[in-house]
Amino acid sequence: MIANLGYFSLVLTFGVALYAAGAAAYGARRSAPIWVESARRAMLLTFPLLTLSCAAIIYLLVTGAYQIEYVASVTSEAMPTYLKVTALWGGQAGSLVFWSWLMAAFTSAVGLRRWDRDRDLLPWVVVASMITLAFFLSLVIFFENPFTRLWQTADGRQLTAMFQPAGTLPLVPVDGQGLNPLLRHIGMVIHPPLLYLGFVSFVIPYAFALAALVSGRSDDRWIRITRRWSLVAWLFLSLGLILGGRWAYDVLGWGGYWGWDPVEIAAFMPWLTGTAFLHSVMIQEKRGIMKHWNMLLIILTYDLVIFGTFLTRSGVLSSVHAFAQSAIGPMFFIFIGITFLTSLALLIYRWGELRRENQLDSLLSREALFLLNNLLFIGILVVCFWGVIFPLISELFTGQKVTVGPEFYERATGPLWAGLLVLMGVAPLSAYGRSSWQTLGRLLWRPAAASLLVPLGLLLQGVRQPAAVLGYWLAALVGLVTLYEFWRAAVARRRRHSENLPVALWRLIGRNRRRYGGYVIHLGIVLMALGILGIELFQAQTQGTLARGEQLTLGPYTMVYESLTQFDTPDDRNVARAVVSIYRGGTYLGDLYPRRDFYYLSQQPMTIPGVRSSLEDDFYVLLVGWEPIAQAGATFRVYHNPLVNFVWLGGLIFIFGTGVAAWPETEPAAARRAVRTQRAAAAQA
Amino acid sequence: MAGAAQARITLLGLVLLLVLAAPAAPAWAQEGGEGPSDDEVNAIAEGLYCPVCENIPLDVCGTQACIQWRDTIREKLAAGWTEEEIKNYFVEQYGDRVLATPPARGLNLLVYILPPVAILVGAFVLLRAFRSWRSAAPITPEASPTLDDDQDPYVARLEEELRRRT
Repeated sequence: MIANLGYFSLVLTFGVALYAAGAAAYGARRSAPIWVESARRAMLLTFPLLTLSCAAIIYLLVTGAYQIEYVASVTSEAMPTYLKVTALWGGQAGSLVFWSWLMAAFTSAVGLRRWDRDRDLLPWVVVASMITLAFFLSLVIFFENPFTRLWQTADGRQLTAMFQPAGTLPLVPVDGQGLNPLLRHIGMVIHPPLLYLGFVSFVIPYAFALAALVSGRSDDRWIRITRRWSLVAWLFLSLGLILGGRWAYDVLGWGGYWGWDPVEIAAFMPWLTGTAFLHSVMIQEKRGIMKHWNMLLIILTYDLVIFGTFLTRSGVLSSVHAFAQSAIGPMFFIFIGITFLTSLALLIYRWGELRRENQLDSLLSREALFLLNNLLFIGILVVCFWGVIFPLISELFTGQKVTVGPEFYERATGPLWAGLLVLMGVAPLSAYGRSSWQTLGRLLWRPAAASLLVPLGLLLQGVRQPAAVLGYWLAALVGLVTLYEFWRAAVARRRRHSENLPVALWRLIGRNRRRYGGYVIHLGIVLMALGILGIELFQAQTQGTLARGEQLTLGPYTMVYESLTQFDTPDDRNVARAVVSIYRGGTYLGDLYPRRDFYYLSQQPMTIPGVRSSLEDDFYVLLVGWEPIAQAGATFRVYHNPLVNFVWLGGLIFIFGTGVAAWPETEPAAARRAVRTQRAAAAQA
Repeated sequence: MAGAAQARITLLGLVLLLVLAAPAAPAWAQEGGEGPSDDEVNAIAEGLYCPVCENIPLDVCGTQACIQWRDTIREKLAAGWTEEEIKNYFVEQYGDRVLATPPARGLNLLVYILPPVAILVGAFVLLRAFRSWRSAAPITPEASPTLDDDQDPYVARLEEELRRRT
C-alpha cells in the first residue's frame, strides 16, 4: 500500500514536472503570464510530492518491508535505525529519488523568490530545472524503481515487478542483504547528501544562465541572482570532497585520502569548473567582459554534474565507489549530449548579443590573471576528464583496457597546481583594469622576500627534493601575500577611520565578505597544500610480520605487537582486533587497535586502521594478516604520514571561508539609506 | 605416440607439483626470514593493478586473488627476477591494464600527448584573445602610472568600495 502510494507519487511528480516545463515554455512564447504562473505552481508542487515518495521509502526501509527489492538489497534486521533511514541513498534507486527530492527542494526555493524584476527569466528557469528533474524521475520510474517488489512463480522462479504478475505469489525474504559495510560509516552517511546538494545547487545557476540566453538578456543579472547559489553549491561540493577524503582515510585502509579514482574525479570535475566559474564571474561583474566564457563554464559545470552522477551510478567505469551498477548509462549519455548541444547552440545563437563592455587593458590586471587561473583549472579538468575516459577509448579501439593510475594525474596536474599557487600569490595584489610590473612589484617584493626564508630554511635542514622546496615556497608566498592583504587593508582603514586594528579588520571583512571570505579560503588552501605536500613527498611505509612482543620502527615511532583477539559481533561481523603499543623516543604514547572486520552476509572484509594523530604527523597502522590458530604472529602495514592533519585543518578553514563569502549580506538596506543621506547632504551643500 | 603421452603425464605431474608447492613457498619465505621482505614485494605491487579489483593498487588490496599475486611477486623475487621482469610477466599474462599507467606506445601515446597539447592550444587562444583585445583598446598615454604613496590607488580603491557600501 505504502509502496504503491510512493510510486504513484513519483509518477505524478514526473507528469507535473513535464507539465511545468511545457506550460512555462508555452506561456513564454504566447506571452501568457497565467500559464507561466501555473507552471511556477506546478514546480512548487514537485517538492511535497517527492517528499511523500521519500517518506514512503524511508517507512519501508525502517519497517523492514523486504518484499521490496530495494529494501532487501540495502538493509538488514541487524542494522541500526539511523542506517536504515540513510539507506535511502545507500543504493542506486533510492539515491536517484533522493537526488530528485533535493532538486525539487532547491527549485521550489527558487520558485518562491520574488520575481518582480526578472519575470522574463522565470519561464525558462522552470523549463531548464523541470526538464532536469523529469529526466531523473524518468530514470527512477522506468529503470530504477525503488518500489519494485519480489515475486515467486509456481515453479520457484524469482521475478521483480511493481505489480503482481499473473500466477505468482509475493516473495518476502526473512532478512535483507544489508548495506555495503564500507558505507556503514558516519562519513559515508553524510558524504553523499553533501555531494548531491553541491551537484543539485549548480543546476540553479545553469537554469538562470539558460533563461538569460533564451530570453536574450545580455547583462549579468543571472550571475547576480545566482551568486549565492553558486557559492552554496561550491560549499557543499567542497565539503563533500573533503569528507569523502576523510572517509577514505578512515575506512578504506590504504594510508591515503585521495586515490584519483574515477568516481572521486567525477565529483572533482564540476568542482574545478565551478571554481573557475566563481572567479571569472567576478570579472564579468566588475568589467563586463567574459560573458561567453561564463556561459560556457556554467554549461560545462551542469553537464559535469550530470556526468558525475552518471559515473557514480551507472557502473560503466567500475571502481571502489561504484557500488551501484545498472543499465541506465545510455540514458545519461543521451541526456548529457542533448543538454550540452542545445545549450551550446543557444549560446552560439546569442553570441553577437553578449558583447563585452570593456577592453582588457593590461596583461597584469586582475582580470588577465583570473583568465590564466581559468586556463589552469580547465587544464586540470582536461587531464582529469581524459584520464577517466581514456580506458574506455582504449577498450573501444584496441579491445584492451588500460589503467590510468594516480601517477598520471599527479605528474600531469602537479605543474598546473604550482601555477595556480603562483597566481594565488600574485593576483590578490594586482588591480582591475590597469596594472604594471612597477606597481605590482612594489607590492609584491616584501611578502615575496619574506617567503624566501622558507625554501632557505628547508635547504639548510637538508631537504633536497625540488618539488618540496618549490611547493613550500609557493605555499609560503600565498600565505604571506594573503595575510599582507588583510594587514594592508586594515591599516589603511585604521588610518582613515581611526579605528583600532581588530575593529578595522572586522569591519573590513564584514563590508566585503566575498573578497575576504575568498582570502580565508586561500589561507585554507595554503594549509591543505602543506599537508598534501607532506604526505605526497614524505610519506614512509613499511610492512612486517611480528610475533607477540616484537617491535617495528618507522620514522620517529616504534610499535610493539601486544595481542590479538578474534570474535563475532551481534551485527554479523567477525572482528580481528590487534593491540599495539606506540612509543616515541622510548616514551609510551598509548595503544592502537587496528582491526579487520569481516561481514558474513556480504562476504566482505574491511580494514580499519589504528591511527595516532598529531599536528606534526600520523602514525597509521593496518592489520594485514594474522595466524588464525596460534595467534602468535601478525602482519602489519604501517604508514608515517607527515603533516597530513593540515589537510583537515585547512579544509575546516576553507569551509569557514566559503561560509563567510556566502553569508547573506544584511547591509544593503542600511547602505541604501546611507547613500540617500549622503545625496541629500550633497544637495543641500 | 606413447612417448608423447608419457611426456604429457610428466608435464601434468610437474604442474601438479608446482600447484601443490605454491602455497608452501610464501610460508617458507616468511618463516625463513631470508626471502624477499614485505617491503620489497610491496614496492613492486604498488605499481600493479589486478584486473578484478579495478583502481585498487595491488599492495593495498585485500582480496584473495591479490594476496596470491603478491605471493607470486615474492616467489619471483626469491628466484632472482628483477622488477622489470616481474612486471613484464604480469603484462604478458593479463595485458597492459595491470600497469599503473599505460605504456607509452601506439594509441596510448594519446594519454600523454593530448592534455599538454590542449593546454598549449588554450594558452595560445588566450594569448591571441589578449592581443586582439588590447589592440582594440584605445591607446591612453597615462598607461604607466607614476603615483606617490599619498595617492596610492589601492587605498583609493578600498575607500571607494567602502564608500559605496556604507
